[in-house]
Amino acid sequence: MSHETPSEDDAPAVARNCTVDAVVAAILLVLGLVVVVEARRLGAGWSSDGPGAGYFPFYIGLIVCISSLGILYQSLLGKKRDTGTFVDRQQLRQVMSVLWPAAVYVLAIMFLGIYVASAIYIALFMIVLGKYPPIKSVILGVVINAIFFLMFEVWFKVPLYKGSLDPLRFLGY
Amino acid sequence: MQELSSLFQGFAVVLTPMNIGLMFVGIILGVLIGVLPGLGGANGVAILLPLTFSMSPTSAIVMLSCIYWGALFGGAITSVLFNIPGEPWSVATTFDGYPLAQKGKAGQALTAAFTSSFVGALIAVVMITFLAPLVAKFALKFGAPEFFSVYLLTFCSFVGMGKGSPFKILIAMALGFALAAVGMDTVTGQLRLTFGMTELMRGFDFLIAVIGLFGIGEILLSMEEGLEFSGKSAKINPKVVWETWKELPKYWVTSLRSSLVGMWMGITPGGATPASFMSYGLAKKMSKSGKNFGNGEIEGVVAPETAAHAAGTAALLPMLALGIPGSPTAAVLLGGLLIWGLQPGPLLFVEQKDFVWGLIASMYLGNLVGLIVVLSTVPLFASILRIPFSIIAPVIIVICAIGAYTVHNAMLDIWFMLGFGVMGYVFKKLDYPLAPLVLALVLGDKAEDSFRQAMLVSQGDVMIMFANPLVGSITTLALLMLFWPLISRLIRLVRPAKVDDLAAQQPVD
Repeated sequence: MSHETPSEDDAPAVARNCTVDAVVAAILLVLGLVVVVEARRLGAGWSSDGPGAGYFPFYIGLIVCISSLGILYQSLLGKKRDTGTFVDRQQLRQVMSVLWPAAVYVLAIMFLGIYVASAIYIALFMIVLGKYPPIKSVILGVVINAIFFLMFEVWFKVPLYKGSLDPLRFLGY
Repeated sequence: MQELSSLFQGFAVVLTPMNIGLMFVGIILGVLIGVLPGLGGANGVAILLPLTFSMSPTSAIVMLSCIYWGALFGGAITSVLFNIPGEPWSVATTFDGYPLAQKGKAGQALTAAFTSSFVGALIAVVMITFLAPLVAKFALKFGAPEFFSVYLLTFCSFVGMGKGSPFKILIAMALGFALAAVGMDTVTGQLRLTFGMTELMRGFDFLIAVIGLFGIGEILLSMEEGLEFSGKSAKINPKVVWETWKELPKYWVTSLRSSLVGMWMGITPGGATPASFMSYGLAKKMSKSGKNFGNGEIEGVVAPETAAHAAGTAALLPMLALGIPGSPTAAVLLGGLLIWGLQPGPLLFVEQKDFVWGLIASMYLGNLVGLIVVLSTVPLFASILRIPFSIIAPVIIVICAIGAYTVHNAMLDIWFMLGFGVMGYVFKKLDYPLAPLVLALVLGDKAEDSFRQAMLVSQGDVMIMFANPLVGSITTLALLMLFWPLISRLIRLVRPAKVDDLAAQQPVD
């Protein structure tokens, strides 16, 4: 969420705490409103046989709305708003260098299954971010996932996701 | 003395080779989890929970609670040797632990930390042994309004005793309740907040949230700091242990005070982190060598560690006796009870005697085993932290993904985990507390049920929350907690408080 706010001129900070605070509070306000509206639709009042399905969520949504308005006020107009750095460019790059590959990894799981995707992920992570020699990285990635495979499929008999392509079909698990 | 005979029965249940073995496995896994960044007590237990589905409940809880003790022990290792608190509750341990390590007294610091953890836990377990059955017996008389008032007190305490913006605590809590409401309504069977998506019918499992919020979120946070760890090395030999043990009885007042603080903060959902800070602050104020705190004083390690461990243990009392967990990890254990087919709450002491007393007996044994394991294996665990982060980080993400998948065998849950991870990262940076969110997510359905039942009884009259002295006083206490931020502001207007440096360093838990 942090990268949605544009950076201010040349400052190394990509986002300030109060800005992100306000953005998050706004998102939460929308969420709260969604809950309130949905709860009203479900019946937030008293039905023939007691409180309706939306009775409790309605008040929960209300708390979210009121509190997020409070935070919104504090972060935009409050006297003590925190203008400290939320992330600077270096930190953001570091975080994104983990987050994007992780998202791609989860996408890869959908097709390749957990074991193959994980082996590739660990190996690539080590090569690209850890600057390890490729051979060492690949061996480690494969070994770690072989251990996982033995642990889950063979010993604990907990089958993990094999993916829509199922590249490990030949193993018979 | 009925408790004692029940306790011995519990020992008989636990003392099988299988359970002792699981205890060791649990402790070792727990210390590992406590040492590794991104894995903590709550998400470690959450990830390993699916592995216990096929075990008997007693064996499962023995292993999982031992993971919890192990994580509590493990947090101290990174604080002392690396100045990195492995867990939020060991932040206060770094204040004096790391200076001791810099002076070359890492062995003493670690021995003191482990021993006082053990002492704190032991005192708390003794308290649980005698108090929990009484609380459970008392709670058997509770009706829906009483239960809801206790839930209310639990959540209002977060606002009253938590650090940071009360708005943020409220939001975290309400967000947890809202997420818990997603899916099938338990009373009317209506689908709520699913917006026509069949995948959402299952709702958001709190295990997924815990794994994402604490696991992935923590990894993202540690990535900011860069990939390097540097630390001191430690050797613990029997001589150092013996020397330190001879010194420790001197601090018995501190230990006792810290255990009391810890137990209080553990039963009320203040949690281990505030407990450790409070007891460090008290020790600093009251100790003769208080001025020297922060420069490497053994007593400064004893105080927070005793309190943290006492709080972590005491958090299991409300979980066992009332079905209301006092910490995120206790919440995950409670989720485990539900999965194993046990109904947490006061009836547990009547219907599942073997289970409850087996768990309590395993607390005694688990902490003893833990002390022995950590004292003998510190160098091994310290060397794990020397493995570069660029190997550990992807492996932990893989473990989190596997853990998230195994909960329901659902691919979508892995995406949710990632989403919760980003949320955890942003929330942590903005000082939104995560503990109320997790607890609300776990207790959401039950709190709602008791609220609706109470409303049903009174036909929608909120005054039922004050219908009798018991429920009335709990509700009043809860409201007092809820408005404490306002009340304390009023008090400060009349009498300005002095600024507390220590409190500023306490992380929002």
